[in-house]
Amino acid sequence: MSKELEKMTPELRAFIEEWKAKPGNLIMVLHRVQQTYGYIPREIAIETSEILGVPLAKIYGVITFYNFFRLRKAGKYNIQVCLGTACYLRGGDDVLKEFEKQLGVGLNATTPDGMFSVEAVRCLGCCGLAPVAVVNGEVHGKLSTKDVENIIAKYCAEG
Amino acid sequence: MKLVFGEGSCGIAAGARKVRAAVEKLNADGAVGVGITGCIGMCYLEPIVDVYDGGTLVKRLVKVDEAAAPALYEAAKTGDLAPLAKYEISADDREFLEKQTRIALRHCGLIDPEDIAAYEAVDGYKAIRKVLAMTPEDVIAEIKVSGLAGRGGAGFPTWFKWNAARNAKGEQKYLICNADEGDPGAFMDRAVIESDPHSLIEGMLIAAYAIGATKAFVYVRAEYPLAIVRLEKALAAAKKAGLLGENILGSGFSCDIRIKAGAGAFVCGEETALIESLEGNRGMPRLKPPFPAEKGYTQAPSNINNVETFANVAWIILNGGAAFAAMGTETSKGTKVFALTGKIKRGGLVEIPMGLTLRDVIFGIGGGIRDGGTFKAVQMGGPSGGCIPEHLLDTKIDYKALGATGAIMGSGGMVVMDSHTCMVNMARFFLDFTAKESCGKCVHCRIGTKRMHEILTRITEGKGKEGDVELLQELCNGIKAGALCGLGQTAPNPVLTTIRYFRDEYDAHIREARCPAHECAALKKYEIDPAKCKGCTMCAKKCPVGAITGTVKQPHVIDQSKCIKCGQCAATCKFGAIVVG
Repeated sequence: MSKELEKMTPELRAFIEEWKAKPGNLIMVLHRVQQTYGYIPREIAIETSEILGVPLAKIYGVITFYNFFRLRKAGKYNIQVCLGTACYLRGGDDVLKEFEKQLGVGLNATTPDGMFSVEAVRCLGCCGLAPVAVVNGEVHGKLSTKDVENIIAKYCAEG
Repeated sequence: MKLVFGEGSCGIAAGARKVRAAVEKLNADGAVGVGITGCIGMCYLEPIVDVYDGGTLVKRLVKVDEAAAPALYEAAKTGDLAPLAKYEISADDREFLEKQTRIALRHCGLIDPEDIAAYEAVDGYKAIRKVLAMTPEDVIAEIKVSGLAGRGGAGFPTWFKWNAARNAKGEQKYLICNADEGDPGAFMDRAVIESDPHSLIEGMLIAAYAIGATKAFVYVRAEYPLAIVRLEKALAAAKKAGLLGENILGSGFSCDIRIKAGAGAFVCGEETALIESLEGNRGMPRLKPPFPAEKGYTQAPSNINNVETFANVAWIILNGGAAFAAMGTETSKGTKVFALTGKIKRGGLVEIPMGLTLRDVIFGIGGGIRDGGTFKAVQMGGPSGGCIPEHLLDTKIDYKALGATGAIMGSGGMVVMDSHTCMVNMARFFLDFTAKESCGKCVHCRIGTKRMHEILTRITEGKGKEGDVELLQELCNGIKAGALCGLGQTAPNPVLTTIRYFRDEYDAHIREARCPAHECAALKKYEIDPAKCKGCTMCAKKCPVGAITGTVKQPHVIDQSKCIKCGQCAATCKFGAIVVG
């Protein structure tokens, strides 16, 4: 599968240059890369490594250490199901499985049309609304497996 | 009249912003005052709207939906609040707040977190003014009198850490706020930052002055975007007011605070791992000693405290350490915030003086178990803590007393479980978490948690073996003794406490292939109650493996050898004829 390479935006380059001299900058920079592309493309990681003078291996090490950074593009709608203790107790796991089943994708995978991806996340701190799922920042609380179909339909309709 | 919307993350998730937008649309003429506040901590009643008349709270409205917007607007405009009666908080729910003593949360849900003037109006930034006229030694002495201990979990005396950092040799010293609230089920730090960010800033400034730090960081979880935004705003406002940066209030003392976002790693709540992360590395803990007070961030003396700890500091300075120490028990002073969640009737943030019992909190404030269930256990301190059974509910909330049960005070997560929760599966859930979050640096934690998770998984699948419990105990003790950092040392706690108090459940899984709580899917048994079955054939049609047979209008039967325990029959049956055993 061929894929178009991402190009570093001038804004991103300026940001990295600005942070270059400050200690402990790597995580900050990676946050900005992910904000720009929605993930951390390999080619951008290589360029970042050159600008910062940090080995690519170290950058890869940091990316894979932290749950927040992703190496693959998420779906247009990224469904994050909370599996914190409170959500798990109230059936968060079942909600997650229902999303996977209805979308026909596994965990951390994206549907072939690029519309949806499913992720399990650690506590979002909305325990009062457990179980919770967040879709592109929008919180859906007090879920049961029966709500899954409607949530997917809602975003399908929005296209 | 003024309508104030509770816009913490929970409130927003429950729809507070939508309700406010609907009111603002009607309020084009500005006849009604509209404002926001943070989180009052009654998560189960969100969205919450407070009605103020000339600065006095006259009514608290709960579970307010968008449809209520016209009534809200009209009532606030005319002053006739009678039509809002159905939204008014009940006397029962009011108790949730009335039974609390709030210090760390003293302003949460009461002031506008995005307005520095609102903080100053409630004695904000008075403590730092007082402190700047004191010697750093006197500040540390006052904190010592208060008996304040680290609220992040370890419960180490705060004054001692400050003193060590103050006495450490080094030109540049750092102050770090640990806002990497990783315990699933704990969210008090998020509430403080979102609802009262200036109180955190003031507490940090006081600490920085006491230890002689001129640079400070707040390490916040990336999962808390609203907290980051509110803190950024608060820092900018404080800087503009001359409370931050060079020569604060003309005192000659300088301190700058910067935010650093984490990136999702539970181990970064451990202080040396957090420092590694601040430096831009994989968050793997360092060997202690040297402690951060001597060699912390970039090898310079550093002091790390948690958000809730800092949130108490300004209050202690203004009211005196003795007033704080007057609350609590012999070994634990002041108040502690708990995040009450799980199968509880009234879930949310609860701040109480140390020394109350678990029963006071769970039944007195939390209202007991939701949906008429029965209490089984409470998990204290998240994946690092342990569960406490019913017969120990009268244990006092105190570092020592809780430690004696095998659980810990922890950061304040209190997850309540009822009779439908399988304790073996719960232990498996926590070990799944710690095994995934183990950084991999030391063998005990990396391989030990993985092995424990494997054993627990096989027990929940009905494949447990005689001797598994003893093997788990042996692993637990080895990991506790050998792991490098707090994550590994405490990871066995959920296993040890569930074995200690719920050994019978382990035995039922292993010896009888039975899950007493009917939770473990592999051990469930689905049967059809012939008295209730109408022979509608719906379940037989749904069953993906053809395990259900029978003729129309006659009771059906499930072939146990074919059943894969997917539960679709139970979900389909309209007559409640499927019995899960």
